[in-house]
Amino acid sequence: MADEAFEPKITAFVCNWCTYAGADLTGTSRLKYQSNIRIIRLPCTGRVDFMLIQKAFARGSDGVIVSGCHPNDCHYTSGNYHARRRWMVFNDLMEFMGLDMRRVTFSWVSAAEGAKWATLVNEVTDHLRELGPYTEYQRLLNAGVA
Amino acid sequence: MDVLRNKARDLLAQGQVQVVIGYEAGTGGARRPSFVRSEADVARLVWDADCVGNLAGYLTRAEIKKMGKIAVVANAATLRALLQLTAEHQLAEGAVSALVVTEEGAVLELSNAQAVTEHVATLPASLSAADREKLDQLMALSREERRAFWEQELQRCIKCYACRSSCPMCYCGSCTMDCNRPQWVPVASHEMGNLEYHTVRAMHLAGRCVECGECGRACPVGIPIHLLTCYAEESVRRQFGQPAGTSATLNYALGTFRPDDQETFIR
Repeated sequence: MADEAFEPKITAFVCNWCTYAGADLTGTSRLKYQSNIRIIRLPCTGRVDFMLIQKAFARGSDGVIVSGCHPNDCHYTSGNYHARRRWMVFNDLMEFMGLDMRRVTFSWVSAAEGAKWATLVNEVTDHLRELGPYTEYQRLLNAGVA
Repeated sequence: MDVLRNKARDLLAQGQVQVVIGYEAGTGGARRPSFVRSEADVARLVWDADCVGNLAGYLTRAEIKKMGKIAVVANAATLRALLQLTAEHQLAEGAVSALVVTEEGAVLELSNAQAVTEHVATLPASLSAADREKLDQLMALSREERRAFWEQELQRCIKCYACRSSCPMCYCGSCTMDCNRPQWVPVASHEMGNLEYHTVRAMHLAGRCVECGECGRACPVGIPIHLLTCYAEESVRRQFGQPAGTSATLNYALGTFRPDDQETFIR
């Protein structure tokens, strides 16, 4: 195991209406991208509770992608606007608590942006491969009960 | 102090309120909450610089509401919490009178949100100079050092939930922390669970924290836990220009949005 090259595990929370369809378009367009990603489909980015991001890390993800419709394109009119506010605070607070926010990527990928999705996933995967496993977080899981 | 006692006596005697919530002498020179329901008890009330606790947390409790109309001896933090609770529809407008002791020793009775709002506007920020300095110090550190700081602090957490209980803004009847299907956050005082618990608390208080510091004072193991909620609150204020506890009609910052909210990190 030890000498095997590190491959990051990435969890992607995507919205049903834009990014999921966008990722589907990537496939139907025969665009290839790295397979380190596990996609979890949610109705809307407004559904992405910050706990989902934390739980993804706690369950062994080395990186997280959160992606949905561009502003003004939300299927539910304002879900992504609400989500954006929440991320703005979450991002800031996590920086303050010292979490590695380089491992969380927020993006807008529409149903027509199959190529953007492939590029995004490739970039994130390469970046995480450089950063290595998120041991400083996963180590906490094995810490003793006080 | 006599002015305050006389005011409380008058309010109780005239039946304008049924209970005055204030401060009384506690052990070791500390001040503790006092619930004065009869004229005979008004002598227990004290007011001085040690009256730092936020009494607003009692106002939303069913057993206190049952007592009848309430007057609360209010410091700046209590006033802000009063406004925030009114904005969140937890207190009916005018249901609580605030008794404010001015620097000259006079007692103001603020009996509606309008009066409280105007008074709060004249007060300095809640965050103490020491906390301000600590926040700035932490922000000047590298991310690694901040992580080490919080890891060190949070591993002492015993998950007693005193921070939650003492917080005037934590009034939910059922809390995510008590939800066990699914069990989002481990009950045991485990390092990962501690981190998750305090993240949830800070996120749930972002845009609502009145920076009274009650959670930090309540912590039995001395974690400066109020810095997290104060930082989250400050983040909301900086990014959305919405200071909590300054108005009785403010919308929850994370429950609303502006199409032109500016962020720098979404790709």
